[in-house]
Amino acid sequence: MILYELIDYDILRVIWWALLGVLLIGFALTDGFDMGVGALLPFVAKTDVERRVAINTVGPVWEGNQVWFILGGGAIFAAWPPLYAVSFSGFYLAMFVVLAAFIVRPVAFKYRSKREGATWRARWDWALFAGGAVPALLFGVAVGNVLLGVPFYLTEDLMPMYPGNFAVKFVGLLRPFALLAGVVSLAMLLMHGAAWLSLKAEGVVAERARAIGIKAGIVAAAGYALAGLWLAVGVDGFTLGEVAANGPSNPLYSDVTRGGSWLSAYADRPWIVIAPVLGFAGIALAVMGLKAGREVSTLLWSKMGILGIISSVGLTMFPFILPSTLDPNSSLTVWDSSSSHQTLFIMLVCAVIFMPLILMYTAWVYKVLWGKVTEAQVTDNADTVY
Amino acid sequence: MEIGLVELSRMQFALTAMYHFLFVPLTLGLSILVAIMETVYVMTNRPIWRQMTKFWGTLFGINFVLGVATGITMEFQFGMNWSYYSHYVGDIFGAPLAIEGLMAFFLEATFVGLFFFGWDKLSKVQHMVVAWLVAIGSNFSALWILIANGWMQNPVGAEFNPDTMRMEMTSFFDVLFNEVAQAKFVHTVSAGYVTASVFVLGVSALYLLQNRHKDLARRSIAVASAFGLAAALSVVVLGDESGYSASHTQKMKLAAIEAMWETHDAPAPFTAIGFPDQEARETHYAVEIPWAMGLIGTRSLTKEIPGINDLVAESEVKIRDGLIAYDALMTIREQRDATPPEVRATFEAHSDNLGYALLLKRYVDDPRNATEEQIKMAADDTVPGVAPLFWAFRIMVALGFSFIAVMAYFFYRASFRQMQFPRWSLYAAVAIIPTPWIAAELGWFVAEFGRQPWTVDGVLPTALSASHLSIADLLITLAGFLIFYSVLFVIEVSLMVKYIRKGPFQDVEETHAWQERHEARLRSETPAPTLAATPAE
Repeated sequence: MILYELIDYDILRVIWWALLGVLLIGFALTDGFDMGVGALLPFVAKTDVERRVAINTVGPVWEGNQVWFILGGGAIFAAWPPLYAVSFSGFYLAMFVVLAAFIVRPVAFKYRSKREGATWRARWDWALFAGGAVPALLFGVAVGNVLLGVPFYLTEDLMPMYPGNFAVKFVGLLRPFALLAGVVSLAMLLMHGAAWLSLKAEGVVAERARAIGIKAGIVAAAGYALAGLWLAVGVDGFTLGEVAANGPSNPLYSDVTRGGSWLSAYADRPWIVIAPVLGFAGIALAVMGLKAGREVSTLLWSKMGILGIISSVGLTMFPFILPSTLDPNSSLTVWDSSSSHQTLFIMLVCAVIFMPLILMYTAWVYKVLWGKVTEAQVTDNADTVY
Repeated sequence: MEIGLVELSRMQFALTAMYHFLFVPLTLGLSILVAIMETVYVMTNRPIWRQMTKFWGTLFGINFVLGVATGITMEFQFGMNWSYYSHYVGDIFGAPLAIEGLMAFFLEATFVGLFFFGWDKLSKVQHMVVAWLVAIGSNFSALWILIANGWMQNPVGAEFNPDTMRMEMTSFFDVLFNEVAQAKFVHTVSAGYVTASVFVLGVSALYLLQNRHKDLARRSIAVASAFGLAAALSVVVLGDESGYSASHTQKMKLAAIEAMWETHDAPAPFTAIGFPDQEARETHYAVEIPWAMGLIGTRSLTKEIPGINDLVAESEVKIRDGLIAYDALMTIREQRDATPPEVRATFEAHSDNLGYALLLKRYVDDPRNATEEQIKMAADDTVPGVAPLFWAFRIMVALGFSFIAVMAYFFYRASFRQMQFPRWSLYAAVAIIPTPWIAAELGWFVAEFGRQPWTVDGVLPTALSASHLSIADLLITLAGFLIFYSVLFVIEVSLMVKYIRKGPFQDVEETHAWQERHEARLRSETPAPTLAATPAE
């Protein structure tokens, strides 16, 4: 099949790099508010009925939202196999914790209200809290570690290696900068969850959510600014030497050196400043919206803030995807860690066909479910809702 | 066997995959049964069918969520535990997984929420369509997963690229229409349909024995036995198709399942019962059915099916051939673009057997330094454990045939004997509820254990595929999954039992009342009260 040569290899690689961003952002925008609601649950809802109101705002949609995570995994596997191989095994125990959270969360949604009993429900509420807060924090920690560089190298057979003791490696992820990134991520999703609750819940749950969301938004913006400063003065970047943008996907073929600053990207490509601007503006507008009690627009501004923050990381690092501290030459970049030309093309065709369909039917489902969840609904239908 | 990193990684994969497949078959089948029931409701407008839809739908939901949750592990553990595998074949294997998400999983997961929360927000026909979309999504999921798995069994449409040190796709079409994948897909979803049918049959039989919910139980048996009979026939026929394709794609697996040590003159006999002895390479006390194996495996009386001993000899030849490719590959790796064209030509001529040379990596870092003895050992390694395969396969097949008998019996009583079922048959129906799960797990065992020592048949050995983690990493996650999954299993079963005991939510009169109100609301001009949660009334 020569059809795939219609689009050049290097262009396909950039498209798939962008699609990777789209998937991560899609995940943060949809499943992000599920995680935020979970993490907010103990603070915004005190009684059982209040908790059920909060849970039922995401009850019918979390399942679809979580598919963004699954699809993200599948798309990384298909389009960036070395990234899939190195990152998930390199962050092994952290990934296990994330998986545990993502396994317990669906079960908690579905099973929590299937039995009476305060202990039973309290345990599942804990599961929902941890299932939301822990991954929200860890995703940020992972992004922080990627910016700092990850201690792995590739053998000549391209086998990923990560020397060192397992406990040291796991605790080693919690470096100060990475923790700051984790705080930004958690705060950002708390704000997003609060914006969702203020739209979908009523009364005291929505009020408490707004109060916490305002604080979370301020923390997210301050942390994001601090992380930017830190990148400017305290974190070494990576520099890619000469590379064939449509050469074979072998990370060892390229020449990478440690040094310089990530932020030099803003000198090379000044237009990318739009990403942090969107990030700050989105958060500011969302915080103002939460204060003023606006609902729909607040959620949209919150989405814009998240979009800005996540895309700023990708745009700053381009063309790097996963830099290596142990052997910079092993670093994964857009030009040397993708699938083959043909596979990228086939996957692009699939994405072009199915992504619009997915967006259409997802929008329809949200439209059908439009409206607030009230306490009366939950108590009247205690047997069937979550 | 020494328990090392690879063995622990395999244990973890086996544990998580087999656990995942406790929930998948019921999802595959029950989604369709529920959609069928709702369709009957929409067509006949009889409330009992709505009640059935909601009752079986509730049980479907309790099961579905664990299928989804444990599937997350499956999506990520290739990267976590099998990183060299992921690098080596991700170019091909990742595509069907991603397409599964795009095409199937998004569909099923987005609409499943609406199925449970949308009763009052959708018209009857809309809700029925939602039920079908969930069923179609679930079944399409299985298609793409089995295309991925089929490629591991029969890696078509791909070749090794020395520049990237991995397999790359040459024909998506071949990967898609892999004969192994197609047979496996129908076999697997049919097994799911049988599982759900046996489940519905068993629970309904329990209600009849307890003298309650008899209308619901009788109708459920009628649907389940008709659907189950068709499915049980399909499982066996497509299982036979899988056997036939294995006779030319996975000869070693077939020979191991049949404990066929020596090549037999065509047509070969089928060993119904016997005790395979791997050390001595013979089967004791074998009871043979003449001709049967030759007929099943080759669909002819004249084609031979090679025995294990001959296949081992063949493997040895392939290892030596693979070493030529490996040697050329090392030159290419060093000299890159400066490699002389004749070395590249040598590599291409022998690269089909490169994977066989990699079998030696278990014994020696550089396969080119392997001794004669190590080559012999590697060739012997290509024989999977014969006795477990032999028995697992036979139990699975026996169960498969017995499902046909059970379904045929209940279909006959339901259709021609006014739904009168003798009590012994109802007890039997309850007792056999676990058996389809046993058959399904044994089926996966035969497929995957029989594929050893390869992760991708003839391409990549299992021993090379695992991530270089520490033993401690593996022990932590293995223990974690074991505890975590056991707790979830106990909770799931207890909820299932609770909701089966409780029975359908409401009786028929209430559903009648609901229907009138629902229709009145749909006719009225004022918009329905906006609800995010379902008042299922």
